[in-house]
Amino acid sequence: MTELQRFQYDVVVIGAGGAGLRAAIEARMAGKKTAIISKSLFGKAHTVMAEGGAAAAMGNVNSNDNWQVHFRDTMRGGKFLNHFRMAELHAKEAPERIWELETYGALFDRTADGKISQRNFGGHEYPRLAHVGDRTGLELIRTLQQKIVSLQQEDFAATGDYEANLRVFHETTITELLLTDGKIAGAFGYVRESGEFLLFETPAVVLATGGIGKSYKVTSNSWEYTGDGHALALRAGATLVNMEFLQFHPTGMVWPPSVKGILVTESVRGDGGILKNSEGKRFMFDYVPDVFREKYAETPEEADRWYKDADNNRRPPELLPRDEVARAINSEVKAGRGTKAGGVYLDIASRLPAEEIRKRLPSMYHQFKELADVDITAEPMEVGPTCHYVMGGVEVDPDSTQSRVPGLFAAGEVSGGMHGSNRLGGNSLSDLLVFGKRAGEHAAAYADSNGPSTVAQSDVDAAIAGALAPFTNDGENPYALQHELQLVMNDLVGIIRTEAELAEAITRLAAIRERVSRVQATGGRRYNPGWHLALDLRNMLVVSECTAMAALERKESRGGHTREDHPEMAAEWRKVNLICGLDGEKVTLNPQPLPPLPPELLNLFEKSELKKYMTAQELEGHGG
Amino acid sequence: MASKRQFRVWRGDENGGDLQDFAVEVNEGEVVLDIVHRLQATETPDLAVRWNCKAGKCGSCSMEINGMPKLACMTRMSSFAEDETITITPLRTFPVMRDLVTDVSFNYEKARETPSFAPPAGVAPGDYRMQQVDVERSQEFRKCIECFLCQNTCHVVRDHEENKEAFSGPRFFIRAAELDMHPLDAKTDRKEYAQAEQGLGFCNITKCCTEVCPEHIKITDNAIIPMKERVVDRRYDPIVWLGSKIFRRTS
Ligand SMILES: Cc1cc2nc3c(=O)[nH]c(=O)nc-3n(C[C@H](O)[C@H](O)[C@H](O)COP(=O)(O)OP(=O)(O)OC[C@H]3O[C@@H](n4cnc5c(N)ncnc54)[C@H](O)[C@@H]3O)c2cc1C
Ligand code: SF4
Ligand code: SF4
Ligand code: FES
Repeated sequence: MTELQRFQYDVVVIGAGGAGLRAAIEARMAGKKTAIISKSLFGKAHTVMAEGGAAAAMGNVNSNDNWQVHFRDTMRGGKFLNHFRMAELHAKEAPERIWELETYGALFDRTADGKISQRNFGGHEYPRLAHVGDRTGLELIRTLQQKIVSLQQEDFAATGDYEANLRVFHETTITELLLTDGKIAGAFGYVRESGEFLLFETPAVVLATGGIGKSYKVTSNSWEYTGDGHALALRAGATLVNMEFLQFHPTGMVWPPSVKGILVTESVRGDGGILKNSEGKRFMFDYVPDVFREKYAETPEEADRWYKDADNNRRPPELLPRDEVARAINSEVKAGRGTKAGGVYLDIASRLPAEEIRKRLPSMYHQFKELADVDITAEPMEVGPTCHYVMGGVEVDPDSTQSRVPGLFAAGEVSGGMHGSNRLGGNSLSDLLVFGKRAGEHAAAYADSNGPSTVAQSDVDAAIAGALAPFTNDGENPYALQHELQLVMNDLVGIIRTEAELAEAITRLAAIRERVSRVQATGGRRYNPGWHLALDLRNMLVVSECTAMAALERKESRGGHTREDHPEMAAEWRKVNLICGLDGEKVTLNPQPLPPLPPELLNLFEKSELKKYMTAQELEGHGG
Repeated sequence: MASKRQFRVWRGDENGGDLQDFAVEVNEGEVVLDIVHRLQATETPDLAVRWNCKAGKCGSCSMEINGMPKLACMTRMSSFAEDETITITPLRTFPVMRDLVTDVSFNYEKARETPSFAPPAGVAPGDYRMQQVDVERSQEFRKCIECFLCQNTCHVVRDHEENKEAFSGPRFFIRAAELDMHPLDAKTDRKEYAQAEQGLGFCNITKCCTEVCPEHIKITDNAIIPMKERVVDRRYDPIVWLGSKIFRRTS
């Protein structure tokens, strides 16, 4: 008999990144007994790696900024495929969520008048990113972590038990969500250290598990990003939206090979860094697409003036949205104008004094010095695109963050819709806070009228059997299989896609599926990474299938989805979301109309701009 | 460019273990964590190790490499001689869980005992005003990635299990200092607390913690020494004690 520890909670939050921690804080403050679960140690979630900043229209640096401008930028960045309501809530609520962090003890960099400083970033019209040097994610996660501790201290003072109402189960992985009568009733998982199983009975689960980038060979993402939350949601009966849209960050390290993919923050460009090809040409001026033509400088002189006088000059093209810059770098390298290691040059050394670089970009300085022996104050960096962020995720109701499954909520990178076809830099950290809070609030309210929940023993037995299967399988080593999956996704479902390659990817994934079901773990149950990977693989696989299928279906190019065989953006496709679901083991894909923008939001844009994206019929609601 | 190099990796659990020898391929530019990953992918799929960011940002991959407390993801293979055998062991100060993974809960317990930020009364969210020069001192300490290498190195607890109860360690001295120097923190007894409850008095300023900090935080000079000095000042001079709060900038 396999031992099992049981727990009862009002709200279980899966994920201890920005979204999960913010959700847990809110649920606990609403008086709910709350658990936080994470695969890594407390404070190590992916959010810790975020560098550049958190976007919020506080208007501290340029007082023209407000939520409407932020909303417009977000919709433009996402090429109008965003769920308008999410983009609206995000733009409106982000400033409050940032200010709140200061009351938890956060210390952002300051403006001269003592407010939170804000920096420029791609696609944002005004300086908008609250930041701490280039370690904003660390500040965010540590602040939330310390707020959790302070709530635990309050509980300790009241009850003598730190964990009375808020407990962190770290190094614990959830492998199944369990339902009773079609509603969430529990979550099942294992403790990494001991290999023991845990069952959380709960009416409300908040998924905050982050992204899927580990399915790609070149990625800025860590081992945690195996799409667990996406897959858990699918298996529970929820749906995913926008899965064809992946953000390839334009600037990952390319050399040495062992660090290929590690992120070089966009702040380098925000602070003046420029991109050059191997011929020394500043090439981004050749890649400004028509929809953005009016907003970007045409000459290096104008671009350089913008840093000093943004009101009278247009932005440098290095600060185009990420999809544009990534494609541009890709084209330069393909045309033979790349570096030996297959990247281009990112030069900050010739743009700012060494002192200033070390001050503004300390961790980039450190990273290149230690990992590549490159002094970024003296020489250019070598960079190329890296798989960075998944726009797609669990389809949720924007206001409550609830999925199609009652009691299942999702926030942060694991949710979909907010960023449309391409996320702007800095919009993730603020997204985590805005929707993390909402998820916690609504999960708590849901728990008020639902639960306590009980899970059927047969479901628990099945979850145990599933988790133990790799030990009795006779298939392959999980690492080899993971590597193969990563190559398929990297080579066939990458930045530039074609019908033939996507079809091949789907065939190859089907073959991998059969092998994943037989993958083998050796050794025991205690802290066994091979076993853990064996269990993660099926999540990576099903999520990869969603991405490949949606990418094959969408016959246009938009944001993080570029089809060589359909290079244009198509207004008809803008009206369509592709929804992935699961029918037994099989991934299903269904088109669904995007909700139209209400007139008050539509009127925030000039008609002439909307014409580039929308059909004539859609524009009828426009007042001007 | 690949060459085979010699490694000795500690494998075992709380009941004991031993160093095992491996010859592993090493490529240009690789770090010690790459070698551990190569072992996992080939000979030892169940080799336990923690890591996340692979860029020195998360503080997960702390271990001892040739006896030195280090981040495995930031320790380049080129920093060793070609014929040097590289010995990789778990952190010594914390109980082993398995292989290179230790039980670091000591640190989380100490974190939980350290009083949190106390927001200033009557200042609404959005109204916090602080000057860059005033936040910079605390920001230095907030660079901490909680790798716990300093905790692992400090001789007060490294071979003295019995001191753990009374000693919070350098990581939490900088936390206390950070809050003490926070321009708007409303609590006024951070130094006294560090002295009375965190065991600041055990520290005899050997600076070993500062030497191993991968974030180059000047733990001893910028946190511990000022905290010690001012505790002394305050004890004997109530005017200094009052002044240190009154003259702190609030705008
Ligand atoms: C290098 C880098 C730099 C970035 N810079 C920026 C930036 O400057 N600005 C910005 O806005 N965005 C940035 N991003 C994106 C942003 O950091 C992430 O999108 C965001 O942090 C995701 O947060 P999250 O709360 O959704 O999830 P995460 O922080 O990724 O946390 C996920 C959590 O879920 C847990 N989890 C996952 N699966 C399971 C499971 N099965 N069981 C239990 N727990 C599980 C994990 O352990 C983890 O705790 C960056 C991303 C990277 C990689
Ligand atoms: S300076 Fe103090 S805290 Fe740091 S290692 Fe030495 S004794 Fe420990
Ligand atoms: S102070 Fe330095 S050594 Fe200590 S935990 Fe923080 S980062 Fe690590
Ligand atoms: S893996 Fe994050 S610090 Fe080494």
